[in-house]
Amino acid sequence: MSQIKIVNLQKSFGDFTAVKNSNLTINDKEFFVLLGPSGCGKTTTLRMIAGLELPTSGEIYLGDEEVGMLRASERDIAFVFQLFALYPHMNVRNNLSFPLKMQGYKKGDIKSRVEEAAKLLRIDHILNSNISSLSGGDRQRVALGRALVRRPKAFLMDEPLGTLDAEFRELMCLELKKLHLDIGATTVYVTHDQLEAMSLADRIAVMDGGEILQADEPNIIYNKPKTKFVASFIGSPGMNFFEVNEGISKDQSFVNIEGAKFEIPKQLEESKGSKNFFGIRPENLTLNNSEGLKGSVFGVEYLGSRKIITVKTSLGEIKVKTDISVNVKLSENVQVKPLNNNIIIFDGQTDKSLNSEFIK
Amino acid sequence: MDTSRSYLEPSSFSKKMAAAIIIVYAVITLIPISWMVMTSFKNVDSAISYPPEVLFEPSLEGYVNLFTNRSRQSKEYLDSLPPPKNWYEELVRSREMVITGPSKFLGRYSNSMIIGFGSTFASVFLGALAAYAFSRFRVPLKDDLLFFILSTRMFPPIAVAVPIFIMYRKLGLGDTHLGMIILYTVVNLSLAVWLLKGFMDEIPKEYEEAAMIDGYSRLQAFFKVVLPQAMTGIAATAIFCMIFSWNEYAFAVLLTQFNAQTAPPFIPTIIGEGGLDWPAIGAGTTLFLLPVMIFTIILRKHLLRGITFGAVRK
Repeated sequence: MSQIKIVNLQKSFGDFTAVKNSNLTINDKEFFVLLGPSGCGKTTTLRMIAGLELPTSGEIYLGDEEVGMLRASERDIAFVFQLFALYPHMNVRNNLSFPLKMQGYKKGDIKSRVEEAAKLLRIDHILNSNISSLSGGDRQRVALGRALVRRPKAFLMDEPLGTLDAEFRELMCLELKKLHLDIGATTVYVTHDQLEAMSLADRIAVMDGGEILQADEPNIIYNKPKTKFVASFIGSPGMNFFEVNEGISKDQSFVNIEGAKFEIPKQLEESKGSKNFFGIRPENLTLNNSEGLKGSVFGVEYLGSRKIITVKTSLGEIKVKTDISVNVKLSENVQVKPLNNNIIIFDGQTDKSLNSEFIK
Repeated sequence: MDTSRSYLEPSSFSKKMAAAIIIVYAVITLIPISWMVMTSFKNVDSAISYPPEVLFEPSLEGYVNLFTNRSRQSKEYLDSLPPPKNWYEELVRSREMVITGPSKFLGRYSNSMIIGFGSTFASVFLGALAAYAFSRFRVPLKDDLLFFILSTRMFPPIAVAVPIFIMYRKLGLGDTHLGMIILYTVVNLSLAVWLLKGFMDEIPKEYEEAAMIDGYSRLQAFFKVVLPQAMTGIAATAIFCMIFSWNEYAFAVLLTQFNAQTAPPFIPTIIGEGGLDWPAIGAGTTLFLLPVMIFTIILRKHLLRGITFGAVRK
C-alpha cells in the first residue's frame, strides 16, 4: 500500500485540455474520491494514474517511484471498471486467477488467494459459474475480487457502481466501505454522484473543467466550499446564490441586496470587485409570514423526512429545505429569511469564497 | 378477436406468407444449381439431349473427364490393349478413348484454394489490425483515411486492370500465387477494415484495458482478448472476402495463365470432342461450389449473429 502523489499533471487531447496542471496527494490507506460533472477530467486523471493514458506533462508518484510513463502492467495497481470488464469467455474462478497467472504465481498460491478473496466478497459459492449467468451486483463483486487478489499498491475505481440499480448501489456502497476498512488499501474512486462520494470518502477532490477546485474531507467540502462551483455542485439541492452589487470590505457584517439589509458573518477578507455573491444552503433558510424576502411558492418536493420548497422572489428562485410539518400551497405568498449566520460570500471575480468568521 | 398475441408479433397468416415467399425464392435460386449438379452426373449425350432429360441414368463420366486427359484411338488399338485396370479406364474405353494423363483441374483447384484462403487470411488479419487502430487510437485525419480506404471500392476493380497488368509484369508478380494473393487482399481490405471496425467499436475497450492492467501488452491484449470477442465479425468478414477471391474471374483471366491460374478461368476452357464437354464443366463447377459452401456452413452460426451483432446494445 502506498501514497499516490501527482505533481503538475496535465493532459491534452489535441486542442482540448482535459486535465490542467493538477497537484494532489492521496495518503496511504485513504479512500479518496474524485468528484465532478462529466467531462471534468476526473476519469482522465484516474486513467493517467492507472497508466491507461500517458500524461502530456507532469509526474505521478506511486510510493516513491515515478510511474508517469510506465506501462499499466508495470505499476502494480488494480482497476475496477464501470462496465466490470470481466473476461466473458472465462468463468469466475478464471477471471479471478487471471491477473495472478499473468504475474507468474504458483498454482497453489493462486488457488488460496482466489478463495480468500472470494470468501471476503462472499462469491465463493459462484466460483465455477459463467460470467453471463451473474447478476450485476455479483459481477461487480467479481470485478472487485479480480482487483483484490493481486494485493496491489492502490485500487483505482471508475464509477464502479454506476451501472447498478439504486437498491444494489446502496448495498455495494456499504460493502465497499466495509471492504476498505478491512483491507485498508489506498483507493482512488471516481464518481459524479455526490451522495456516493460523501458516504464513501475519507477525502474528496471536486473537479471542474480539468481543474481540482478543492480536496478536503466531506464535511469541509460541504460546509466550507472554497469556490462557488463546489458550493453549487455539492448538496442536493445546491447552495442558493444572490448577487451583491457592492464591494466587500474587511470586518463588514452586513450586505445590501436589492435595498434590503442582510446580516453576514464578519468578513476577514475584502473582495476584488464590486460584484459578489451571497451564498446560503437551503437548510439554513426558513419560511415565515412576517419578515424577510417576499415571494410566492413555486414548487414543493417531498423527500420523506424533509421538504424542498422553491420560492419565486425578486432575486430569482430560492430553494428552502424545511421540516415536513411546514404546510404551504402553490402560489401562496411567503417570506424567506436566513435561519442562522452560515453564510458565505463568494468573490465575483475569482469565484472563490471570502474568509469570514464562519469560513476561515 | 384474438388478443393472445402482442401487436408487435406478426400474425400467423403473415408468417405463413413470409415462409411461402422464402420457399418460392429458394426454389427459383436452386433450379440452376440443381441443374448444374444434375448435368455433372449425366453422360455427354444425355447432357445435350433435347428435350432435356430430367430423369436420367447417372454417370461419373463428367468427373472422369474433368480429372483426365484422353485421346481417341482406333478399335484395333483398343483391342490390342490389356483389359482395363479400373472402372474409370473402362468408362473411357467404352467411349473408344484411352487416358493419357491427369488434367490440369486439380492444379487449378489448389491454386484457387491457396489464393482464396491466403488472401482471405491476409485481408482479415491486416483488416483486423487496421480496424483496431481506427477504433481505439487517435489517428490523425481518421475520417479522411477511412473514406480514402472506402473510396478504393468506389470504382470497379477492373477499371485499373491495365495499369495493374503492366505493374505486375514489371514486378514479376504476373502469374504468381503471391501476386494474386496481394491483389485480392488489396481489393478485400477496404471491406474488411470497414466491417471489422464496426465490430471492434462494439467491444468495450475496458476489456483490453483490464487485461493490460493485469499484465498483457497491447498486442497480447489484442490477440487474446479483442480477437476472441470479435470472432463473429471476423467470421462474417472472412466469408465475404473468401466469396470474392474465390469467385473472381476478370483479374484471374488477365493475370494468370499457367502457374497460378485459378479454377474460374480454367473451367470454361474444358473442351471435349466436338464442342464443350458439359458434364465435365458441370462437375468442375459443382466441385468449385463446395469449398465456399462448406466454409459458409462452418461459419454460419457466426455469420447469422455477425450480421445482426451490435444492432442492439445491451
